[in-house]
Amino acid sequence: MRNLLIFITKYNAFFLFLIFEIASLIIYIKYNSFQKASFINSTNRVSSSLYARADEFKGYLSLKEVNDGLAKENAALRNQLRSYKYADTLAKRTVNDTIYKQQYVTVEAKVINNSINKRNNYLTISRGTKDGIAKGMGVISDAGVVGKVVFVGEHLAIVQSLLHKDSRFSAMLATNKEIGYLEWGEDMDPHKGLLIDVSNNAQPKIGEAVVTSDLSLFPAGVPLGKVSKLNAKKGGGFFLNMEVALATDFSKLEYVYVVINKFAQEQNTLEAQEKKADE
Amino acid sequence: MSRILIINLVRFVVLVLLQVFLLKNITLYNLSTPYLYILFILLLPFETPNLVLFALAFVLGLTIDAFYDTPGLHAAACTLLALVRVFFISITVQKDGFDNEPEPTLSIMGFRWFFTYALVLTLFHHFFLFNLEVFRIDEIGYTLTRFLLSSVFTVFLMLVSGLLFFRKKERK
Repeated sequence: MRNLLIFITKYNAFFLFLIFEIASLIIYIKYNSFQKASFINSTNRVSSSLYARADEFKGYLSLKEVNDGLAKENAALRNQLRSYKYADTLAKRTVNDTIYKQQYVTVEAKVINNSINKRNNYLTISRGTKDGIAKGMGVISDAGVVGKVVFVGEHLAIVQSLLHKDSRFSAMLATNKEIGYLEWGEDMDPHKGLLIDVSNNAQPKIGEAVVTSDLSLFPAGVPLGKVSKLNAKKGGGFFLNMEVALATDFSKLEYVYVVINKFAQEQNTLEAQEKKADE
Repeated sequence: MSRILIINLVRFVVLVLLQVFLLKNITLYNLSTPYLYILFILLLPFETPNLVLFALAFVLGLTIDAFYDTPGLHAAACTLLALVRVFFISITVQKDGFDNEPEPTLSIMGFRWFFTYALVLTLFHHFFLFNLEVFRIDEIGYTLTRFLLSSVFTVFLMLVSGLLFFRKKERK
């Protein structure tokens, strides 16, 4: 016993190393399921308040660009107003439109923390369960797709950015509706994505728009980017892979919209039932 | 004693803030990201007990993780860094020389020693950090490029900060 103690004290550096290394690796591995280690991330009180401060300051620096974006969006929305359209018929009465039921609603949120230069990037946004945000919802900006909500606090939520090695969104070519997946490229360029697993008979052209498909968690047709190169290096086989210039400029995100799908719950319950029936 | 404590506390806070609010946003050509905060562990006094050294490295890593949203990643890399530091110092520094050489700074230890020290420790830390973060063999070439270029950037910043706080009278 005494010899053992002497041995341990003599090589104490190594044993301390083992203890702390194992502790941190356990934290790191558990973090893959994210919620378990949620206390060490930027929704905790100290780091979120510091980030909010820094962001307040940064907000001033980019006021001009944000203003431009908002003005553009205002203009687009104004064009949809009924008063801006020419009424074709004389009889004016409000009709409760029962054919169209609102499926998607968006909630606007401010980005308070963002990164683009890591292999796995996350954003922190200023909306949480209080505002109806739940895990798995899609996030878009005025330019295009941003990511997916992975963790929700009461007032804040964390979004797994499209710039993440596990991010994969169902996408299609805008003209011929050929479906594939959009991923982030391996070379970590925040302006480039890869559209993979597109069927061989799709004939894509450079400059063609890539949008979200009906199978994704976004409304169909949200822009993802434009095809910029036809043959991406990773590929071959039975499918086409191509490079996509992303529509969203992740380095300049200020405001985003969380997409709430009102039928999501119904869809999930139905699909769960079907899964059960299969077993 | 209390002076050393205060200096290190200030160093901790300043390096963490610098890393999180300035260096986190700096990337050269998507390849080179500096992680200057490890300078805190490098500059701890020689007589720091191993337990304190490892605990501080772990806490520093977790603090950085809280801001980077990567729980455990930097903590693991910093713990490895502490172990390499213990080995490196026990190999290169005479134990009885501790009285007049309290801290392994550039101005006390001289350029050649400090450069080797910073380079070796940074290489270990960055190699572990980048590979644990990516954790994919098929991207190894790209990860290695990032690791090497980031190490160069970090060591460069360390030398610059060493020269900034260079005090000549301490060298005997």
